[in-house]
This record gives sequence, structure tokens and C-alpha cells, in this order.
Amino acid sequence: MFDLIARVFGREDASKDVAKERLRLVLVHDRASLSPQTLENLKNDLLKVISEYMDIDDQGFRVDFSRHDDAMALVANIPIRKVKNHSL
Amino acid sequence: MGEAIVITSGKGGVGKTTTTANLGAGLAQAGERVALIDADIGLRNLDVVMGLENRIVYDLVDVVEGFAKLKHALIKDKRFENLYLLPAAQTRDKTAVSPEQMRDLIAQMKEDFDYVLIDSPAGIEQGFKNAVAGADKALVVATPEVSSVRDADRIIGLLEAQEKHKPSLIINRIRASMVKKGDMMDIDDMIEILAIELLGVVPDDESIVVSTNRGEPAVLNSQSRAGEAYRNITRRLRGENVPIMKLDDGTGLFNKLRKMMGFKV
Ligand SMILES: Nc1ncnc2c1ncn2[C@@H]1O[C@H](COP(=O)(O)OP(=O)(O)OP(=O)(O)O)[C@@H](O)[C@H]1O
Ligand SMILES: [Mg+2]
Repeated sequence: MFDLIARVFGREDASKDVAKERLRLVLVHDRASLSPQTLENLKNDLLKVISEYMDIDDQGFRVDFSRHDDAMALVANIPIRKVKNHSL
Repeated sequence: MGEAIVITSGKGGVGKTTTTANLGAGLAQAGERVALIDADIGLRNLDVVMGLENRIVYDLVDVVEGFAKLKHALIKDKRFENLYLLPAAQTRDKTAVSPEQMRDLIAQMKEDFDYVLIDSPAGIEQGFKNAVAGADKALVVATPEVSSVRDADRIIGLLEAQEKHKPSLIINRIRASMVKKGDMMDIDDMIEILAIELLGVVPDDESIVVSTNRGEPAVLNSQSRAGEAYRNITRRLRGENVPIMKLDDGTGLFNKLRKMMGFKV
């Protein structure tokens, strides 16, 4: 019951949400068979390239692998703060 | 020409053998000709779950090695004369059989049976490879837990790499009361993560333990909720469109009424 109250007041996540979030992260590595280090490098490189064109929120930056039928897709979620104005 | 279906999971102890026994008995009850293969060599179990452990003479390895004829190794079920079991060898290990041998054996069995169900061992090594080699289709069993879902995901990846038929999912041991509290992943959560088709959901149910004690698959017990779930899965396997059973934690008004009226819930 205390659990429930804590949850209603937003102090503690339902444990299944914790499970889902942990699974999401662990499956990124499993599915790509990338080491966490390689993934970190990939993220940093992506960040570098995209930052040349726009201001991005690197806190909300996420890289995910998802399965679509038989193929694997790399899905990046990159919150944009503002697009840089390139005066050509 | 029958269909060969492997029941697999990656993680151990999530209900592969229970599922194989129940779907086998369910299909046989529906009049299909069914053969079950225990591919868990060295850790034979399907025989005891089916209550057939006293009838074993020859096993899978005997057949593959040509030491026994298939028809002499197949054990006829006590309840259905259209249901057979090919037991695993207990004193050998997985290397006693190769994927090619399994493929040949299953091709031969598909000529005499409508369904050949293969109970896979846990893991992703040779035992798993043997079990999936001859299968047309795979059912992945997973419980709503992090480690089980993770291993199921790995298995799904391996099956898809082999270009088998797209596997479908059986969620086992779900507990409605925990789902309700947010303490167990729900059906939707698991499908979202694993991105495969759902074949059925089996509740966590004491009647599974009781039926395993007796060697009588729960699917044959009309009072068992897990049995009802397996009856539904059986019908879906045969191509019927049956809606997924509502999760029920046994505390609802309907159940209280059923209890008062003396039904077992
Ligand atoms: N729906 C259920 N409700 C309650 N108990 C269950 C349920 N399904 C399976 N069990 C129990 O869980 C245990 C493991 O089941 P089972 O032997 O079918 O798993 P398995 O995946 O074949 O294991 P292994 O990987 O060792 O071959 C058994 O004791 C069984 O009775
Ligand atoms: Mg087993």
C-alpha cells in the first residue's frame, strides 16, 4: 500500500518500468553485438557531425536498435534546440 | 505432410517442456496425429511431464544411430492413441546427434504425423541448434522477467538469422495481480520489446505443479486456468481465431461468485 502511495505521488517508478528501461538498454548492445565502448564512440561521432548543423540537447540524445521484421534499424533520437544559420 | 514446431526459449526453466506437453495433448485431443520429441539430451524430462517414464525402451539417439527403428522407439500415450513421444537419451550428451540427423529424422516423422513438436533444451549451443534444425516454425516461451525477455530476444535474433518462419511468442507465468500493481511487465510491454507475434499467454498457476506431479497435462483439466490458456493456444495453432484470454487475478467479483458456487478457480 505504501508502495502504491509512493507511486501515486511520483516518488518511485513502477518496477516494471524500471525493468523495461533496463531491457531497452541491454538489448541495444545485445542486438548490435557492439561493445558499450563502440556504441559510446558511435554516439560521440554522431553528436559531433550533427552539432555542426544544429544545436542539440546531448542529455536527451538516444541511440537505439530496433527490429523491423528481419532487418535491424539504428534509431537515433536527437532533440534539437535550434538549427544553426549557415550563411552560404 | 505435417508441420514441425520447435518450442524454445534461451533461458532455462521458463516452461518449454510444460508447453510442449500441453500443446501435444491439446492437439491430440483435437484429433491431430502428434509426435513429441524430447531434444534435451542428457536431461530428459518430457517423459515424466507426460507420465510416460515407465514405458521407455529406446530413445532418440538409438534411432539416429540406427540401433532402433523409429516405430519401436516411439512411445504411445496412455490417453490418446494418436499421440506419441520420442524420448531423449539420458546417458548421452548433445554431441551424440547432429543437426543434419535431426533434419532427416523430422522429415521422416512429418510423413506420419500432422504435428511434430520439439522440446528444445535451454541455451544457444549445440542442443538448441539440433532442436531447431528440422523445424518449420518456432515458438519462443518467455516469462515476464528481465533475464527471460533478454534471452528470448537473443533466440529470436538467432532464429531470424536462420530464415526460419517468423517465431511467435508464448508468455508464461504471468501474474495478473502483479501486473495490476505495475510490478510485472504486461503483455503489451513484452510484445513492444520483442516485436514478434503473440501466440498466447499462460497464467502462473498452481494447477501446473499438480498436473506435473500426476503426469497429466493441465490442458486436459477443464478446471485449470493454465489448461484453458493452453486449449486456446492449441486452437490458434490449428488456425482458429481465438482472442487472448483476459488476465484475471482471481479476486474479481466473478471469481468470488464462482468460488461461492463451489467452482475451483
Ligand atoms: N504457468 C505455470 N505456472 C506455474 N508453474 C509453472 C508454469 N509453467 C511452468 N511451471 C513450472 O516451472 C518449472 C519449469 O518448467 P519447465 O520444465 O516446463 O521449463 P523448461 O523451460 O522446460 O526448463 P528447462 O530449461 O530446464 O528444460 C516446472 O517446475 C513447472 O512446473
Ligand atoms: Mg525442459
